[in-house]
Amino acid sequence: MPDNTLGTSPDDVQFRFRDDEVVDHAAVTVDSFLDQSNAAAVRIEPGDNARDLLPHLDRIKLVEVNFPSFMDGRGYSSARVLREAGYEGEIRAVGEVLIDQLAIMRRCGFDAFAPDNELDAADAEHAFSLWDNVYQKTTDGRAPIWQKRHG
Amino acid sequence: MKILTGNDLMTGLVTWWDGQGWSPYVDNAVDVGDEAEAILAREEAARRVNSGYAIEASLDENGKVRPAHIKDRVRALGPTVRPDLTLKPAEPEALNWVI
Amino acid sequence: MYRYDQYDQQMVDTRVAEFRDQTRRRLEGKITEDQFKPLRLQNGLYLQLHAYMLRVAVPYGTLNSTQMHALADIADKYDRGYGHFTTRQNIQYNWIKLEEAPDLLADLAKVEMHAIQTSGNCIRNISSDQYAGAAADELVDPRPYAELLRQWSSFHPEFLHLPRKFKFCVIASDNDRAAMRLHDIGIQVVQNDAGEIGCAFYVGGGMGRTPMIAPLIREFVPLDQLITYSEACLRVYNRYGRRDNKYKARIKILVHELGKDEYARQVEEEFAHLLEQGIEPPLAELERIKPFFADPAFKTGLPDKADRSDDQFARWVDSNCMPHKAPGYVAVTISLKPVGGIPGDASSAQMHAMADLAKDYSFDECRVTHAQNIVLPHVEIGRLNELYAKLAEADLATANIDQIGDIIACPGLDYCSLANARSIPVAQKISQRFEANGKGELLGTLKLKISGCINACGHHHAGHIGILGVDKKGTENYQLLLGGSEAEDTSLAKITGPGFDEAGIVDAVEKAADVYLAQREDGERFLDTYRRIGMDPFKEALYA
Ligand code: SF4
Repeated sequence: MPDNTLGTSPDDVQFRFRDDEVVDHAAVTVDSFLDQSNAAAVRIEPGDNARDLLPHLDRIKLVEVNFPSFMDGRGYSSARVLREAGYEGEIRAVGEVLIDQLAIMRRCGFDAFAPDNELDAADAEHAFSLWDNVYQKTTDGRAPIWQKRHG
Repeated sequence: MKILTGNDLMTGLVTWWDGQGWSPYVDNAVDVGDEAEAILAREEAARRVNSGYAIEASLDENGKVRPAHIKDRVRALGPTVRPDLTLKPAEPEALNWVI
Repeated sequence: MYRYDQYDQQMVDTRVAEFRDQTRRRLEGKITEDQFKPLRLQNGLYLQLHAYMLRVAVPYGTLNSTQMHALADIADKYDRGYGHFTTRQNIQYNWIKLEEAPDLLADLAKVEMHAIQTSGNCIRNISSDQYAGAAADELVDPRPYAELLRQWSSFHPEFLHLPRKFKFCVIASDNDRAAMRLHDIGIQVVQNDAGEIGCAFYVGGGMGRTPMIAPLIREFVPLDQLITYSEACLRVYNRYGRRDNKYKARIKILVHELGKDEYARQVEEEFAHLLEQGIEPPLAELERIKPFFADPAFKTGLPDKADRSDDQFARWVDSNCMPHKAPGYVAVTISLKPVGGIPGDASSAQMHAMADLAKDYSFDECRVTHAQNIVLPHVEIGRLNELYAKLAEADLATANIDQIGDIIACPGLDYCSLANARSIPVAQKISQRFEANGKGELLGTLKLKISGCINACGHHHAGHIGILGVDKKGTENYQLLLGGSEAEDTSLAKITGPGFDEAGIVDAVEKAADVYLAQREDGERFLDTYRRIGMDPFKEALYA
């Protein structure tokens, strides 16, 4: 199977928190991405090292992070590693993406969601807006509770 | 014989498949032959049972159902260290059946 | 002790709402059991042998009387009038209904409690020294650091789907009373040569199938980098911990396979990176937390001796009271190990009684210990006689702390769906045997620990005498282990040889105790004698 059948398409994206145009490049594997100088979309599997992409961030427009199982939490670290390195393009959660993971995915830097199975829109909206406060600082720009306490 | 057990989704209490529905008493358990998977799939989908599974059992000399493994006999009666909380609080000898 | 502010309260309230919604979706069939299970586990709700079980977090083991009363009320309202205190300083209830669990959590939230992350593949409740703030030998009170870590680890978005569960322990004394080096991360608060306070990190300890003692990974983490360093430790684990095999997924395996130096190197690299991310709360946050743990208003000029004319009382003082940093006070351990009783169980009436005593005798505070007992941390020596009389009224005056009757036992096959054998009946028979033969006191300090399966919730690897329940062709069988310790002299117990049936294991324990009594030298504990003479004399006695 050629690499370009791998990625999700814009139609698969159920939730997106970006104003720019949806990237319509098919994502390729990390290995192919590193071999190809023109790819702009890449898919990270749980076992991939997101840091391999850091030298190439300027040409990446879309990173898909795959969750073959929602229980495998490596993708959360992958997304944070990219955001911490200054990546500002889209990070799309794909695979087994469920209602109860949406809020923490947002916290880790995901800004688009293409679940394998479409989610109940009302439940998802509830999940995205449930937590008014957070204890930790991440790159999502939210002020953690300790910051609110100490100004 | 093969019997089905699981826990009630709402209460979590131990239940046994009696051929029509779920019973708290192992004595009501019926042999399901090779229907186990079909029944469990249907009952779990209908949310009438949680984490169901099939076990081996036999009928003792009094015709009572006896699960093959001690774990399921503990489940059938209740905690052996709290006879007052078992299904047979008035029958201390029921503990011997477990072991 | 720590009190919630509006933010902490809002977090637990939101969590209750979230779980109520998750439960609704499960009951409406919108999510499957496979999807729901990790959600309920992260709210402490297991499906056990007989019913749902709910584990409530007792952060670093500290409770006030209001909370203890609430735990008793929950036992009556949602359960069958009792609860079980666990080796992780928590409490669990055995007969919970799924439909009522959200209401139970809401009741907990009213008294600043929760069940968040008491199970599942996430950072669990943080354990600590039960004598924190009372012990004469501590450098500082470890609990402010534990509280800082509690907030950081609660709902940490990156670390809620770890390869496996993850347990922290924080202590601040050279005498380890919390099995620190048998945790995924054990932290000892220490002072460096410059007199600054910081944290030594031990990473990759644990019991279970492959017991390991955590190696020291970093001698000194400055206080203003504590969270950042912890985050680095966790990130390396989240990214590289094994996920292919459940039994190799704990961080101890990663540290072991990489080697501690390589693990430490990777952590340092991540740490250097994270230091630039500014994720550390300011020291002002630690300073905000510390006053919650300030000393209560200890009186001065108190008597330092109790009236010991009653023999029973004097025995109890000797075994259940621990020296205190403030003159005229002791820390009192209430034994939840009556002879023939169920280790760690307390009725709602007993919980109410302990709550009242905490209020009247111990500045409104009590603690849960990893040995499944309850501590009243600050009791006036001059009021011990009075306290003892009240404990006796509530059947809580057993004098056996750290003796053979003070058995740690997991719930085992009476309650636990993973068990191979029952633990509690073995504990009951051993305590009865040693009461009957009168050897209990003679043996002195002898820590006996029983697990119903290889998961080792009963800490059998760390027992001076350990017992492990196994399944031998469908019947219960028990292996005997000797020589473990969870204290600062941490060691892992070794199996003596072939296992025993239930009656046999009780006899075997007595034989091992007799070897010690015959061979001990002055001042030696069972463990010391075992370490001196080795396994052979015990084997001879056991298998002759
Ligand atoms: S050690 Fe085994 S039997 Fe005991 S509580 Fe843990 S899992 Fe259950």
